[in-house]
Amino acid sequence: MNPANYVLLSAVLFSIGAIGVLVRRNAIIVFMSVELMLNAANLAFVAFARMNGNLDGQVVAFFVMVVAAAEVVVGLAIIVTIFRTRRSASIDEPNLLKY
Amino acid sequence: MTEIVPAEGIFALLWVIIALPAAGAFILLFAGRRTNSWGPILGVLTVVASAVISVLMLLALMDQPAKERTVVQNVYDWVFVGSFQASFALQLDQLSMVFVLLITIVGALIHIYSLGYMSHDPDRRKFFGYLNLFVAAMLVLVLANNYLLLYVGWEGVGLASYLLIGFWQHKPSAAAAAKKAFVINRVGDVGLSLAIMLIFVTFGSITFQDVFGQASDASEGTLTAIGLLLLLAAAGKSAQFPLQAWLLDAMEGPTPVSALIHAATMVTAGVYLIARSNAIYDAAAWAATAVVVVGLITIFMGAIIGSAKDDIKKSLAGSTMSQIGYMVFAAGLGPIGYVYAIFHLLTHGVFKAGLFLGAGSVMHGMNDNVNMRRYGALRGVMGVTFVTFMAGYLAIIGIPPFAGFWSKDEIIHAAFERNAIIGVAAILAAGVTGFYMTRMIAMTFFGKKRWEDDAHPHESPSVMTIPLVVLALGSAFLGMALLFWGDIKDWLKPVVGYESVPTPLPTSFYIAVTLIVVIIGAIIGWVMYARRDVPMEAPTGNALTRAARQDLYGDAVNDVLVVQPTYRAAEMVTTFDSKAVDGFVNWTGTFVGDLARRLRRSQSGFVRSYALSMVGGALIVALALVLVALS
Repeated sequence: MNPANYVLLSAVLFSIGAIGVLVRRNAIIVFMSVELMLNAANLAFVAFARMNGNLDGQVVAFFVMVVAAAEVVVGLAIIVTIFRTRRSASIDEPNLLKY
Repeated sequence: MTEIVPAEGIFALLWVIIALPAAGAFILLFAGRRTNSWGPILGVLTVVASAVISVLMLLALMDQPAKERTVVQNVYDWVFVGSFQASFALQLDQLSMVFVLLITIVGALIHIYSLGYMSHDPDRRKFFGYLNLFVAAMLVLVLANNYLLLYVGWEGVGLASYLLIGFWQHKPSAAAAAKKAFVINRVGDVGLSLAIMLIFVTFGSITFQDVFGQASDASEGTLTAIGLLLLLAAAGKSAQFPLQAWLLDAMEGPTPVSALIHAATMVTAGVYLIARSNAIYDAAAWAATAVVVVGLITIFMGAIIGSAKDDIKKSLAGSTMSQIGYMVFAAGLGPIGYVYAIFHLLTHGVFKAGLFLGAGSVMHGMNDNVNMRRYGALRGVMGVTFVTFMAGYLAIIGIPPFAGFWSKDEIIHAAFERNAIIGVAAILAAGVTGFYMTRMIAMTFFGKKRWEDDAHPHESPSVMTIPLVVLALGSAFLGMALLFWGDIKDWLKPVVGYESVPTPLPTSFYIAVTLIVVIIGAIIGWVMYARRDVPMEAPTGNALTRAARQDLYGDAVNDVLVVQPTYRAAEMVTTFDSKAVDGFVNWTGTFVGDLARRLRRSQSGFVRSYALSMVGGALIVALALVLVALS
């Protein structure tokens, strides 16, 4: 199968994730969209690694997964804490940190 | 050319004359309150000791042959930079000698008098410290052997005079007068410093010996410039037109200060400077003429102001201006006048000190009231003061055989040797002198009592009257002594030069005319102020009287010509600063602030908008990469 298709799929997934981050208000959904973008990037890394015939991309993908796991822990903790205090998971509501 | 004698024997003590009062000033001013009890006595003793040493030096100097009377003592090398060399070197010659004697002896008498006059003042230790400082500075001025050291003394007397005029600084008028004297003196000082620079550039040296030796080599233009700058300096220090305004206000100081500084010594520094620089003026005729004109204007200004003032000290101050004017006038006449300028300076130093101290004695008895309209008939209660004041009076108006007669008459005669018109002017001014001095004694010692209700006039203590008596004896006999016994002309001739030009009429004619004019002036004064009652409130008077009461509008002229333009210039500078400089700086700040106020709107707090800008940025970067890759 043509590896370019994997790259194409990765681009589609990344765009879906990016649009999800931009248009959705629920913090959980936004978070899922971010994960989608990370995994789209992973897919691209792996696809390129396969195309170039070396392991660099594979290694980076592992790094990304580890960092994403840590990020999920911290991110979810923040979302839960905000939900507890504000009774809302809307991402537009906590906008106090501004000019 | 005179020989320079090294300072040996008694002359090795030359520096001590200065060091004694300087040490006195140092101890009194820095040792603080511990010296309160004995400080004033120490201050008197240092000056008396200096006076004794200077008399011994006079005797030693008289033993030397006339050509070997210039003693130079190099105390230490002061400034030696490349070709610029200024030593702290003292030069004692015939001219310095008479000044040293005047300063130390009259200074010592005034110190003694101050013991009585200032006995009730809580700050008298400081007062004596300042007086010592003044004497030391004035001695540096007249003993310096180069212009730079002279400048040190010049500034020193300026400082001491500032401190002493403002001695009663709790009075705003005294503080203002001190400031005024200092500022106006600074104008003259600038002239002196410029003159010194020009002298160094022209002659490559600033010692008197070198400069006067080469004076005839320089171009007349340069010498005229130096002469005019020195005249500016002299005008500032000697209260000559147009820098005369400070002297009348300087009467705010204690009376001994007026006697010491503003009559006998400091104001004579300008005359000293001109007489000392005679080689320059002899070669620069225009500068010498300017000196004559300035002197003549001041003679009349001073005399007119002195005729209108009701304040006894201010009237005497006007008289001082006028008499110093005579000296400057005589110095400007050239070799026919220098000797008489110094001669008049010496006699004036003695009789004017006597007059001022007499005025102080009167004030002392009248609760420090200075208004002559509230005096009258004091001759009965103040016998010693009256008699000594009369000696000063006869001396200043020039009645033979009192001191002023000999010196003033010689000046008038010298004026006729030069030009009949200025001679006539000098005689007329002598007549005005007769008028205002008669007015002063008539209002003070004669007529009816016009005392304030709480005034109890009494004679001053003997510590004050003894100096008065000494000065009165000087007023009576000093002129004759110097002219016939001391032979002042021969004495000063090696330093300042002397020549005599025949006049069309015999000398006795000028003497007779001068005496007649003076007596007419005195009779007018007597008729107006002793024969008639003096009103306690000053009548309005004619236009000249009103102008003279305002110091001939000296302050108004300064105000219009100097003060207001300076204020306006200062205002322009402040406006430029607040509008242009501050405007630019503030505009920069406002601009950055406005920009920031707009830019911070992008910090909306919405996470998704930040994400959008990130995506936008990433897209731009990606697009750029693609474009670069394609091209």
